[in-house]
Amino acid sequence: MISNSFFIITLRFTLLLLVQILVFNRLDFFGFINPLVYILFVYWYPIKENRTTFIVLSFLLGLCVDIFSDTLAINAAATGTIAYFRPVLMRFVFGVNYEFQSFKLNNSTKAQQITFLALLIIVHHLTYFTLEIFSFTNSLLILQKTMLIGLATLVLCLLFISLFSIKKE
Amino acid sequence: MQQIINFLIRYKTFLLYILLLLISFVFTFQSHSYHQSKLLNSANYVTGSIYKFSDNFTSYFGLREENESLLKENELLRYQLYNETPYAPPTDSSNVTYTVVRGNVVKNSFSRQRNYITIDKGSADSIEQDMGVITDKGILGIVENASNGFASVQSILNEKSKINAKIKNSNHFGSLVWDAKKYTTVQLIDIPRQAPLTIGDTIVTGASSSIFPENIPIGTISKFDLDISKSFYVLDIALFNDMTNVKNVYVIKNLNRPEILKLEAKTQADDQ
Repeated sequence: MISNSFFIITLRFTLLLLVQILVFNRLDFFGFINPLVYILFVYWYPIKENRTTFIVLSFLLGLCVDIFSDTLAINAAATGTIAYFRPVLMRFVFGVNYEFQSFKLNNSTKAQQITFLALLIIVHHLTYFTLEIFSFTNSLLILQKTMLIGLATLVLCLLFISLFSIKKE
Repeated sequence: MQQIINFLIRYKTFLLYILLLLISFVFTFQSHSYHQSKLLNSANYVTGSIYKFSDNFTSYFGLREENESLLKENELLRYQLYNETPYAPPTDSSNVTYTVVRGNVVKNSFSRQRNYITIDKGSADSIEQDMGVITDKGILGIVENASNGFASVQSILNEKSKINAKIKNSNHFGSLVWDAKKYTTVQLIDIPRQAPLTIGDTIVTGASSSIFPENIPIGTISKFDLDISKSFYVLDIALFNDMTNVKNVYVIKNLNRPEILKLEAKTQADDQ
């Protein structure tokens, strides 16, 4: 069972990294919209697993994306941040429910899932663009990019989620 | 002691997060002020090979256009060749100032604040830091790092990029920078107020750069305005290169560069 989940996480890590750098980093929709779909890793990661491993893995995924796209450590900082704040966001969206053993992401309502994903994306993109643009005079540009690219990421992530979800019988 | 250990255990996730955040901040701030990291960039062996592998597939889609642009360039070169009389191929290598290596773009980016391009030639083809990279239409950037088989190029679409450039017909020179807004436009700053300007004038590389040869085309003036001090112009330059679609590049090495740098360093040392 442990080896199984380990295998799935490794596979997810590699595939999301490749999809991000080979497809979505060169999308350049309207010249600047490159959705960051690799954060689905944080969304999909099992809830009951060790938090330390989770944060380190997310950080590493961000760092790999950084190395490939020459944006050293912006992605890593943003992904590490959402990995750390995920429990807070989950408690906010799902209430105390999520602390029970039986809680599963698939059993929650659609609205809750989307809110959770949207919150992850907003926190991630805000950190990302603040670090990338790095000036307070351009805060409007930061917000604008967060909104537009965040929306694109949200849409694509939802498509990916519905594509790879396990069907309920 | 016991309490310190308890504290560490209790807040271990938080401390880990802070540690990772600090590491990434160090990298980020370093990349703001210095050259990018030597090892962790898209030109190392692993990343370069993956980009090369994907480029092997995608490069087929643009073959026709590539062919067309290469033919056009050949036509131009032949024209120059036949009109230059008497033509003698450079046989004596001591007369050669620049050497040229051709390469292919395997990764391009233009939508960030600091854009880098990865090409498939590296130190194995004697490519090193601070060599100029151009295409048949105009300049592209400067080599920032080279591994054995790949090199990463700091694009002119990079906040940190600063290249000497001049107006072709009046020889007034300034610095070419990018305000990170549009990938079709870069800015030429520090042009003195008395320079005569016309929209549509051609901008080329200047003579005071030890990286690029003089007179490599860059773009045309699309807009000009005085800066805050009211004594210098800020020019918007429409690039000749379509930065979203670059494939074949030439890397230029100035063989006199070490000599120029040595001389400049000596002059500066004498000054002090």
